Amino acid sequence: MTLVQVTDLSVEFGSGVRAVDGLSLTLEEGGALALVGESGSGKSTVASALLGLHRGTGARVDGSVRVAGIDVQKASEAELRRLRGGKAAMVFQDPLSSLDPYYAVGDQIAEVHRVHTGASRRAARARAVDVLDRVGIPDAVRRSRSRPHEFSGGMRQRALIAMALACEPALLIADEPTTALDVTVQAQILDLLHTLREETGMGLLLVTHDVGVAAESAEQVLVMRGGRAVERGAVRDVLAAPREPYTRELLGAVPRVDAPVAVAPARAVKGAGEGVPGPVVLEAVGLRREFGRGKRAVTAVDDVSLTVRRGETLGIVGESGSGKTTLGRMLVGLLEPSAGLLRHGGAEGPGGAEGSGGAVGSGGWAGPGGRVDLGDRVGLGGRVDPGVQMVFQDPVSSLNPRRSIGESVADPLRARGESDAFVRGRVRELLERVGLEPAYYDRYPHEFSGGQRQRVGIARALAAEPRIIVCDEPVSALDVTTQAQVVGLLGRLQRELGLALVFIAHDLAVVRQVSDRVAVMRRGRIVEYGTVDQVYGSPRDPYTRRLLAAVPSLDPEAAARRREARRELAAA
Amino acid sequence: MTGLTRLSAFLLRRFLGALSTLLALSVIIYVVFYVAPGDVAQITCGPRCSPAQVQQVAEQLRLDDPLYVRYWDFLQGVFAGHDYSTGTGVEHCEAPCLGVSYQSDQQVTALIVAKLPITASLALGAMAMWLILGVGTGVLSAWRRGRISERVLTAVTLAGTATPVFVIGLLLMIVVCGQLQWLPFPQYTDFGDDPAQWAWNLLLPWLSLALIEAAKYARLTRSSMLETLADDHVRTFRAYGVGERSIIGKHALRGAVAPVIALTANDVGSMFGGAVLSETLFGLPGLGRELVHAVKVVDLPVVVGLVMVTGFFVVLANAVADVLYAVADRRVVLS
Repeated sequence: MTLVQVTDLSVEFGSGVRAVDGLSLTLEEGGALALVGESGSGKSTVASALLGLHRGTGARVDGSVRVAGIDVQKASEAELRRLRGGKAAMVFQDPLSSLDPYYAVGDQIAEVHRVHTGASRRAARARAVDVLDRVGIPDAVRRSRSRPHEFSGGMRQRALIAMALACEPALLIADEPTTALDVTVQAQILDLLHTLREETGMGLLLVTHDVGVAAESAEQVLVMRGGRAVERGAVRDVLAAPREPYTRELLGAVPRVDAPVAVAPARAVKGAGEGVPGPVVLEAVGLRREFGRGKRAVTAVDDVSLTVRRGETLGIVGESGSGKTTLGRMLVGLLEPSAGLLRHGGAEGPGGAEGSGGAVGSGGWAGPGGRVDLGDRVGLGGRVDPGVQMVFQDPVSSLNPRRSIGESVADPLRARGESDAFVRGRVRELLERVGLEPAYYDRYPHEFSGGQRQRVGIARALAAEPRIIVCDEPVSALDVTTQAQVVGLLGRLQRELGLALVFIAHDLAVVRQVSDRVAVMRRGRIVEYGTVDQVYGSPRDPYTRRLLAAVPSLDPEAAARRREARRELAAA
Repeated sequence: MTGLTRLSAFLLRRFLGALSTLLALSVIIYVVFYVAPGDVAQITCGPRCSPAQVQQVAEQLRLDDPLYVRYWDFLQGVFAGHDYSTGTGVEHCEAPCLGVSYQSDQQVTALIVAKLPITASLALGAMAMWLILGVGTGVLSAWRRGRISERVLTAVTLAGTATPVFVIGLLLMIVVCGQLQWLPFPQYTDFGDDPAQWAWNLLLPWLSLALIEAAKYARLTRSSMLETLADDHVRTFRAYGVGERSIIGKHALRGAVAPVIALTANDVGSMFGGAVLSETLFGLPGLGRELVHAVKVVDLPVVVGLVMVTGFFVVLANAVADVLYAVADRRVVLS
């Protein structure tokens, strides 16, 4: 029987934007379909249309949508409420904001259950504990009384899935269910969805930008672009042999951990001095950073030592809370280390004398091979080295919305006291260098796409003529095709300017693609440190192995094998 | 730390904070009155006093002592009690002694204890009214957003805010108490004597004040609720078929609790300083009226005492608000 039948669906928002344009799709009972597309492709709009969530928002919806025998377009309000949660349940992207912060998780699930079954308060509460237990929340009776903020990200997503299960729906709609989660947690959630489908026989409509997630969880895939279907078919056919150019482009842009690095823009840098490591431009010894005092003190970074060389990329990879951002901020001088030493060197460029950069702060540096006093406090004394710059994750919030992008880029130059004519000329040059029109100088951040804004961020970092750029999750807010372009830009700049890059990211595949050497962080420490081939080819640390095993595979067969392996690991 | 020790640590910190705030306040008032123009002795003694009599008053009130000596006496009185010369004899004032009025020879502490219930009744009753009226209107207008009924509600509450208390209060008194005779003209009956009469007699002042304050609360409630209604978790419950009534009454209203508590603490705290206009208008002899009078005749001990009390209640109201925050939202940690 057909569970979802969408025919010629179009959704137009008030502003005249056509988010979905004549889309049709079918999902059989118990089947799993992934809607894959980049941001703005209309995939989430389709998901919302299945539950009639556009009603009353002013959006114009045309075409027909039938879900579990209900004509969503023509259904009454009461019918719609029965559909929502009762027959088709939705799991949203951000599990923290998707639950009411003021009520206990169990009460929220019970509320949904009561709405649909009219069960007694007590029975609904029991059902809530039941489903929480089912999705793997340990000690479900007690934890059902917790507020959402007392749950970790993965547990919150489990709780949302539990809410979806509360009324045994025939269809589960998951809108980017793992996007906000760490890769190991993502693997757990995807495995859970798989198990639940096997056990309950419910259908799954998965909305994702991540082709790997689609390959892991669905049998059918529909690639969307600009509100239209580009390509559809069985996951293994589409991913193995895409027919449409857009699908090929999309798949080509996806960084992978299980295939040779096809185009490695950033790593091409090595070409010049292959095998000959450049001089050390930044060295950290025993860096440590604590937040808070006394019993509440948290050590975010603990005894981290690393070196960055001219013209190379050091990747720092880790899950959330691993301390990678704190480390990055210390490298730039935005945060003062609680202990340890930071040494900047090689300011002159190629062949620059070691130690010429001098040690930062009072502790001093004893020179190569000299004695290093670990635990010495590095007093930055308010001095920040302009030779180390940073590119931030969120290109939206890291640019002042009230200033033109040219002025944002000009900041470091103006701080140096350059003349206006010089600054304007230089900024135009920089904008051109990062692939933007010099005439964009007077435009404002909101006029740009995410990728363009990140280019602005890079131009701003370049303005101070740095030796090193620390990029903190520079591409994680971007679509894969944009991501590939920004990574390519960083590689080109590195090649042209001989920059050293520190590339901080949670995405193992991206880090592999751009880095020469990689440090894997966990709980503030570096657990593995080596060349890309060492770390990804023959990881020694069990945590690194776990991380790599959790990365979704683009090959459905391989994904199934790895899921089996994870299941056995968990059972053992 | 357990909740209880955290609470007591919090209260202790707040208490010490309040103490230093009040000390600072008292210093400021002493200095201001010291440098302010006007001959205190002459004013206190009256226009027809001879220079000798004025000099006698100045000596009795120790107005010629240096500022720090007088302030020290004040502090001593607060913490240990103090003896005062009344001209004919010596009177002892128990700690906490806020001094003796220049005008009436009455002890300030006793004066405040006598007047406080009136002001407190007015403030707390009005608060209850404006919460019911304001939050209720806010919820209604969030629910009926964009419709005619919401606009009417908004217009009415706005008109309330735009009208000064002496206009609304006077109109209400003339119409409701005078012509219709539905309510008695306001007067103060002790709560302990007859609670029903107490409430009945104060109903009109409460209503007048509530009408003025309600719009602020209605708009705050409405905007906080609309903000919450745009939140992701509300979308979740909509997507799960939960009805609009439950979404408004349960999930959205909860988001308005914290800002309403904050605003209430502020308003009630300052109202304890005496709603000067309304006390005067309704003929209620509370702290506000007392303060205005004391400033006029430069009755320093009374002014200092009243400001202390106001400051104390502002700090207290804010501490209570902080505890209520933590109760309402478990993510809040008292610190």
